[in-house]
Amino acid sequence: MSFFGLRRSPKAGSDRRVLVAFSGRLDPVVLAAALRIARAENAALVPAYLITVPLSQPFDSPLVREVGQALPVLEGIEHEANRAGIEVDARMERGRSLRDGLARLWSEEHFDRIILPANPESRHGFSESDLAWALMNTPTETIVLRPAPAEAA
Amino acid sequence: MRGRYRILLGAAAGVGKTYRMLEEGRQALDQGVDVVIGYLEPHDRPDTVALAEGLEVVPRRKIEHGGVTLEEMDVEAVVRRVPELALIDELAHTNAPGSQNQKRYEDIEEVLDAGIDVISTVNIQHLESLNDLVFELTGVRVRETVPDRVLDEADEVVLVDLTPDDLRERIQAGKVYPAGRIESALQNFFKADNLSSLRQLALREVAEDVEARRSVVTFDDPLARRAIGDRILVLVEPGPSGQRLLRRAWRSGQRLGADIDALWVHPPGDSLSDRDRTALAALRRLAVTLGVHFLEEEDGDFVAAVKRVAGDRGTTYVFWIAPQERRLELALGRSQLYRLIEALPGIDIRLSADRPRGRQEPQ
Repeated sequence: MSFFGLRRSPKAGSDRRVLVAFSGRLDPVVLAAALRIARAENAALVPAYLITVPLSQPFDSPLVREVGQALPVLEGIEHEANRAGIEVDARMERGRSLRDGLARLWSEEHFDRIILPANPESRHGFSESDLAWALMNTPTETIVLRPAPAEAA
Repeated sequence: MRGRYRILLGAAAGVGKTYRMLEEGRQALDQGVDVVIGYLEPHDRPDTVALAEGLEVVPRRKIEHGGVTLEEMDVEAVVRRVPELALIDELAHTNAPGSQNQKRYEDIEEVLDAGIDVISTVNIQHLESLNDLVFELTGVRVRETVPDRVLDEADEVVLVDLTPDDLRERIQAGKVYPAGRIESALQNFFKADNLSSLRQLALREVAEDVEARRSVVTFDDPLARRAIGDRILVLVEPGPSGQRLLRRAWRSGQRLGADIDALWVHPPGDSLSDRDRTALAALRRLAVTLGVHFLEEEDGDFVAAVKRVAGDRGTTYVFWIAPQERRLELALGRSQLYRLIEALPGIDIRLSADRPRGRQEPQ
């Protein structure tokens, strides 16, 4: 937050990148925190919607139904990032599992910080074992965020 | 059997959707159809109230919330009543907390599933995929949105059209809002420019809907399919805007039933920065997920490359981020856009505005 509480625009073309990975939907509390972190670090936010490709399907097959679900979610996040003055560079990434999708993503791209929403009670968040795996394997500093209490149920 | 779903689409409030819905209900009633009003928003408009007289109204459901009594459509009562046709206004409406469904379009799906025909209404700005565009055009962020599939799944989408001048006249005459809100409405959302943009969006949406329904017809002959079907070419650059453009084109492609090619043109020997190389790889991965053919052309002449690929691929529609060109280039006739238009006769070109980096929107 800058002087007098006015929000500042990020430096155009900032090379710092904050990844927030999720599936299904992104908890608004997690999104708000991710935006705050991106702003504080003058970084671009990279919201990544992870799509799990079932083993019964070729890995490179088009995923029309999943894309149809992911698009409005990513657009909603882009709106919020835009409102907050944060540069945003959304992704739709595939994997055989959430872990596989994450691993592929961070092997392809550099991130200065990774945010993972924890929600073991919901299929939309990372389970305890996913989070433990992520913390063991992450290439950079990783933050695990809890969702809003109502969302966790 | 599921009921038939007819949606009356308008560019803005006040164009006459509810009135048209009631007119159609009355016509059906005159023809002996069993019609009820499932939900009506008369907005205190005397003409609308008068037109609803004589039509059976299913009583609304009362919901207590925070000490206030709210009224919503009683879905169960409508289904129990089993009319042949239900008139249900404003499908984008968000129901009061405690309602069975969060949104009215979900209520309508239950009514349709009960085999009851439905006529409903919606304004173009409520469509989810257009939310961003509507904000960019009007500066107004619409909070109540509905998924595009609602329109896609309707049996008929009918445009209720009114010119911006006519609508402003209606507002000025007090036919849409009460006296205290007229000036504010005309100075803000209902400015002529806004209405003109929204009207264009509504017209385009209905045109694409008609096109999508037409292209459901299958052709056995591949040549006939090629001649009739649309094929989109998306001109991408590595980076966030390329990702956005490709996603937007995919959405249009779904609606048009069109195949999509993405094309990246770069000059020979051009070396990419690490950042661009990463962004290009991400763009390729997105293309795979979307089922888009990703093409790469090395050519110093961007327009020539696009023309060549468009010819080879049978392109009918080009998507491009509006290029930022200098006045001098425009004055000297060296504009890429003009050259592209000239090079692609008979091909529609849709320009998408690039969103500025991290632009702050009004709160």
